[in-house]
Amino acid sequence: MIAEAGLIALWLAAALALLQLALTTMGLWGGKDELLGTARPVAVTQGVLTAISFCALVALFLRSDMSMLLVASNSHSAKPWLYKFAGAWGNHEGSMLLWVTVMGMAGAAVALFERALRRDTHMATLGGQAAISLGFYAFLLFSSNPFARIDPAPTNGQGLNPLLQDPGLAFHPPTLYLGYVGLSVAFSFAIGALLTRRVDAAFARAMRPWVLAAWVLLTLGITAGSYWAYYELGWGGWWFWDPVENASLMPWLAATALLHSVTVLATRDSLRAWTVMLAVIAFSMSMVGTFLVRSGILTSVHAFAVDPERGSFILALLALYIGGALALFGWRVGAVREGAPFRPVSRESALVMNNLLLCVVLGIVLIGTLYPLMTEAFGHKVSVGAPYFDRIAGPIALTLMLLMAVGPLLRWRHDNLAALGKRIAVPALLLALSLIALIAIGAGTIGVLPLLGLAIAIPVGVASLAPLWKRKLLRTPLFTWGMVIAHLGCAVSLAGMACDSAFTVEKLVAARPGESIRTAGWTLVFERIAPIAGDNWTALQADIRASRGGGAVMIRPQSRFFTLPPTATSEAALLTRWNGQLYVVLGQEADAGRWQLRIWWKPFVTLIWLGGIMIALGGVLALIGRERRGWRHKWRRAEA
Amino acid sequence: MKRSLLLWVPLAAFVAVLLLLAGRLASPDDHVIESRLVGQPLPAFDLPAAASDRPALRSTDMAHGKPRLVNIFASWCLPCAAEAPQLMALRRAGVEIDGIAIRDARADVDAFLNKHGNPYTRIGLDARSTVQMALGSSGVPETFVIDARGRIAHQHIGDIRADDVPKMLQRLEAAR
Repeated sequence: MIAEAGLIALWLAAALALLQLALTTMGLWGGKDELLGTARPVAVTQGVLTAISFCALVALFLRSDMSMLLVASNSHSAKPWLYKFAGAWGNHEGSMLLWVTVMGMAGAAVALFERALRRDTHMATLGGQAAISLGFYAFLLFSSNPFARIDPAPTNGQGLNPLLQDPGLAFHPPTLYLGYVGLSVAFSFAIGALLTRRVDAAFARAMRPWVLAAWVLLTLGITAGSYWAYYELGWGGWWFWDPVENASLMPWLAATALLHSVTVLATRDSLRAWTVMLAVIAFSMSMVGTFLVRSGILTSVHAFAVDPERGSFILALLALYIGGALALFGWRVGAVREGAPFRPVSRESALVMNNLLLCVVLGIVLIGTLYPLMTEAFGHKVSVGAPYFDRIAGPIALTLMLLMAVGPLLRWRHDNLAALGKRIAVPALLLALSLIALIAIGAGTIGVLPLLGLAIAIPVGVASLAPLWKRKLLRTPLFTWGMVIAHLGCAVSLAGMACDSAFTVEKLVAARPGESIRTAGWTLVFERIAPIAGDNWTALQADIRASRGGGAVMIRPQSRFFTLPPTATSEAALLTRWNGQLYVVLGQEADAGRWQLRIWWKPFVTLIWLGGIMIALGGVLALIGRERRGWRHKWRRAEA
Repeated sequence: MKRSLLLWVPLAAFVAVLLLLAGRLASPDDHVIESRLVGQPLPAFDLPAAASDRPALRSTDMAHGKPRLVNIFASWCLPCAAEAPQLMALRRAGVEIDGIAIRDARADVDAFLNKHGNPYTRIGLDARSTVQMALGSSGVPETFVIDARGRIAHQHIGDIRADDVPKMLQRLEAAR
């Protein structure tokens, strides 16, 4: 019954989306603004219905209802409840249902809370949102029904990919999806503004919170995904330039650019066409990413269902929405007047440079990801790996970091170079000193990119604090704090990446229980190896006593065997200290009684994710700061 | 270039990417990965019997002058149940099929064969997947074509669909 209720809710939601599209189209066409009042409750009900449908699916997974095809092929009754729960979206159909649910709820939020926007732009936005949702409803209902039954019902299910049986998975995909869908709202806003030809500061202010929120969630999603790959895959790396990782990075790069250009539009009423373009690109990247993951045309550890029919469906949606938006852009944006002008030396031009560099990095990642497809079309099989991305994108990313340090110190409209020189004198001096020091110490032993990264991280960190210089800290607006913390986060993350590449010590040994291993100041005593059993796995676990001078700590890397489906995974043991992480992986039995151990000491590697969290926190502060200011304005107006 | 023309550049670029993706999607999928073990003799193994009414399986049973299939399956695997009719069809066509049951129990295998039919001549029980790994197989079901001299001629990954049956027969013919 639950399954049927969920399916009915989904059909009803789709019908309401159609109604919402019809209402808003009629409203725009006939110039009837009052239809907005009718479209709003429709959007809210649609959101509620998608939520009901999703809850139904979660309930079916929690009850392990094996008469459901989706549950039977992705879950197992012996699975811990958290993974039954996460299993609801750890598959193609469930994750698409999650997508439309988040989209429905976002549409409801736009209908309920958006007050600043002109009524016609608001209506066009709701129309755009309904049009996008409709495509995904059709996709779900016609080609990926999550509520399909299986008859006869199997006695038990096939289980969830053990790599995905990890608390990280319970939260990583939903976070990314929230981010993607947030970008769909920004996209709808852009469509709305293009349709009504109102690309102005008010539009930018209405769109900004959605961009900020989506960007914060993408940042968190990528940070969590990177940490998951780091400890779960057991390769000791934190970013692999895997197509699916790139699929999450590309929307983030576009959203970062959009975030900055929307600020220029909101504050200075410049970069109108460009901002609209970026809003379209940002959502295109989410959809291209989804397409690459879902269609299986690129091989990746993340691929769920390889199914050309589904691939064609998403490709058709992509053609319809993005093609439509870009055509609308070409047709309408000529009518959008040029915004306010600015001089070459100004905050605006620094932000334009930021946007250009981010877009170049985006282009590099996109080309690198699609290149194997291009060459395959001409009959060659190649794969593009980390060296390409590191070498090409790395230097541009470092330039971007330098620009990030300078930009916030420039004034809006125009500034002079001499004054700027004074403001950045201290960080520039630091940069010169750290470069000289690092070249003296590390030339030859450290690679060029890590060396530059290390040299840049510290002065950029200092410079990112500079906007707080000589200000009363408590009276500084929250969004300035947000910017400072996010920029500092970038520097912290860069420091972590550079330290990891420059100073990691790796050791691969075959050891017998009882032996001890010394590496990077640590002493590891391999005490014993013994089998243990978990909920739905058995494992060989090594007990290793790790010490560095003082007290010893036990660490226990495992080599796990999951029975359903049968897979072996290695569970790395991590020991976090203030200045780094000890990372130990238990490998195969080398020969009688000796076991392979792979040991890494990674100095300051945790800074990478700490930086990521700081960037997201900065976004949250900026969001609160901006919105709070908006509320205050409203109250004042209400009082007056 | 005039600004008005410039505005259509994004659309043109997008259409180019779209055509590329559509082209890739339409072109025949090559999920066939040639195994490195093709042409190699089977690794040596000696597995206990997995079902009550079929003998055990040794690698030396395979070099008998007649090509055959080795099907890797498990009673807990849904696609294996889905491919059972195709295996029965191959058996009816006179193909010799040996099975390797992965991480299984005899009672479960018996129940599975009762329900879905038993196309196998011999079935070995690979309780810890060791033989499966030696064969370079990473999942169930998979099927190997073994030629008359006991060498691996082909590895089929995933279940055998109805339209794979004639291809399998061709491969067996070629492996004589």
